[in-house]
Amino acid sequence: MKKDIILAGVGGQGILSIATVIGRAAVANGMYLKQAEVHGMSQRGGDVQSHLRISTDPIASDLIPEGKADLIISVEPMESLRYLPMLHEGGWIITNTEPFKNVPNYPSDADLEAALKKVKNIVAFNAEAMAKEINAPRSANMVILGAATAQLGLPYEEFEKAVREIFANKGEEVVETNIKALALGREQAK
Amino acid sequence: MQKLLLLGDEAIAQGALDAGITGVYAYPGTPSTEITEYIQHSKTAKEKGIHCTWSANEKTAMEEAIGVSYTGRRALVCMKHVGLNVAADPFTNSAVTGANGGLVYLIADDPSMHSSQDEQDSRYYARFAQIPCLEPSNQQEAYDMIRYAFDLSEKLHTPVLFRVTTRLAHSRSGVELREARAQNEIKLDPNPKRFILLPANARVLYKELLGKQKSFEECALNDGFNRYEDGSDKSLGIIACGIGYNYLLENFADRKCPHPVLKVSQYPIPRASVKKMMEECGKVLVVEEGYPIYEELIRGYLDESGKILGRLDGTLPRDGELNPNLLAAALGLPKTTGEPIPDVVVARPPSLCNGCPHIDSYNALNEAMQDFGKGHVFADIGCYTLGALPPYNAIYSTVDMGASITMAKGAVDSGFAPAVAVIGDSTFTHSGMTGLLDAVNDKTPITVMILDNSTTGMTGGQDSAAFGKIESICMGLGVEKEHIRVIKPLKNHHEENVRIIKEEIAYQGVSVIVPRRECIQTAARHAKEAARAKAAAAKK
Repeated sequence: MKKDIILAGVGGQGILSIATVIGRAAVANGMYLKQAEVHGMSQRGGDVQSHLRISTDPIASDLIPEGKADLIISVEPMESLRYLPMLHEGGWIITNTEPFKNVPNYPSDADLEAALKKVKNIVAFNAEAMAKEINAPRSANMVILGAATAQLGLPYEEFEKAVREIFANKGEEVVETNIKALALGREQAK
Repeated sequence: MQKLLLLGDEAIAQGALDAGITGVYAYPGTPSTEITEYIQHSKTAKEKGIHCTWSANEKTAMEEAIGVSYTGRRALVCMKHVGLNVAADPFTNSAVTGANGGLVYLIADDPSMHSSQDEQDSRYYARFAQIPCLEPSNQQEAYDMIRYAFDLSEKLHTPVLFRVTTRLAHSRSGVELREARAQNEIKLDPNPKRFILLPANARVLYKELLGKQKSFEECALNDGFNRYEDGSDKSLGIIACGIGYNYLLENFADRKCPHPVLKVSQYPIPRASVKKMMEECGKVLVVEEGYPIYEELIRGYLDESGKILGRLDGTLPRDGELNPNLLAAALGLPKTTGEPIPDVVVARPPSLCNGCPHIDSYNALNEAMQDFGKGHVFADIGCYTLGALPPYNAIYSTVDMGASITMAKGAVDSGFAPAVAVIGDSTFTHSGMTGLLDAVNDKTPITVMILDNSTTGMTGGQDSAAFGKIESICMGLGVEKEHIRVIKPLKNHHEENVRIIKEEIAYQGVSVIVPRRECIQTAARHAKEAARAKAAAAKK
């Protein structure tokens, strides 16, 4: 089994936490992993992406080849579209629809929605609004991850377990909130 | 042994710790920063008392490490590629002295300039100084090869350049650890003249260095990090350096390349292996993540073999980092791509954070400069370089660490006034102080704004060597006390700040303005830490 995943967003939106959870779950199941991150100048409010590759066989490249990604998981709608050339024909986009507008020429809501609708395989919903409903505005990334879990080829419990481990040092309350966020996303994608 | 999920940088740090270093010496710089940070956060490093605080710049870092090697103990030096320009003096001369204790220079190159002003290839520096160079292809190799680098350094009494590129530095994978070994005891070099580069000694030591060249190549041939992998299709052979090897194998099922492959992770590339490939293969593709250094060498100046492919003939692009698709194209494999990027997607360049003190500094500076026209502000390397972008469009130069002050001085010397230099606190102590001394000695009328956010911001908020010292340094260099003005970069101080900047621009001497407010990122982190400490204290 092999999954090549592009994680997308804007610097500071928590895409690396998504990568950490998936990575932890994959490694706990004896899979290989490579994950290329973006550090440095582009982190400051710019577009950021991470290439996450998990596989039951050894992985050669740290970067996913263009046209070979299985999934784009994005916490920002315009950013999800930036990586379309990376996605193969049967690949899916799972994206948050709440825009992060920090550029003057950000597309209009209607244009953006139309562009998202044109994507063949897409799960798009407002993860931020859902996270706010459970008083966890910072957990929108976990809601999005929850929506992607069905396509990651690992049992859902493995992601719960990974969330518990990763947030353990932040206290029980933070753990439970993120578990709840994960479950909300999972329901949404069903 | 234990298996950890580590960034390439972290694997290097853990490898160095397990190889028995006595200290890491570094100045922050993407993509090398995480190495030193990992050691700073390591419990074992703390218990063993391993040196890991930041140095003022790359040159001081390298010299401090040479001092450790002098005593017979091991030191790792870390910097980004352009940092090696700053440290080039100790670098090249330490090749002549050679090493006593293991001495490894970790240089992180940034092809495609993700966070840099050029994409220079540090392997050239290794050739220039005539020392061995290592370049791992993956995280496990990075971990293993760091220990080998220290062994090689001690065995052949030479510093070793350990080169990584951005993708390996910032990519994570599983790494199996080995047993840690102890630090060296202090033991001076048996040759008391080794570190005294008087011309008479240097001539002897340089001959020693030249004499070692053969053994450097022998180690590259025999020590297992370069590998000749046979392949049945000999119409093409491939020399794949560093992570280029991964991009190559990505294009074949089960990572099995049908062509002979020379996997290179140690330089100089053994001539025997290259010769074998040249003899048995129709064409030879040279894959280098960086400059076409070995491609050029193998081609020779006249390029007479007519069988070399690579970056120089367009088989691969002449610049930028490699990836699996570029290798596919070079191999003539079909192109894979998804749907094109829709038109609604616009560029999202990096920008100053909301609440960043530099925003207020630039707003005040722009207003103060209004009457002088364009071109009068010289800037430096750091977050404030983003002042070049809209909506600020506030600066007209960014060349290298410290060049704001010296270029402003040069412009005034040339008759172009006024000139304002914008430099960060950490960059100022890195390379700005000496330029300021030049200006003081010449009484050049420049205005230097030292944006003091009390941290090294661009690389993620490392301690700044300038912390708490800026005014005293400036006074010590001879800037008049009444022309060192500390201002608060906040909206409600805007009018006052504009007035002060105007006053100092009008002053016909050296003046320094210090807009001082903590970086919004580190301030948030510090507030969080304080809250956590308070909560922990309340629990007790």
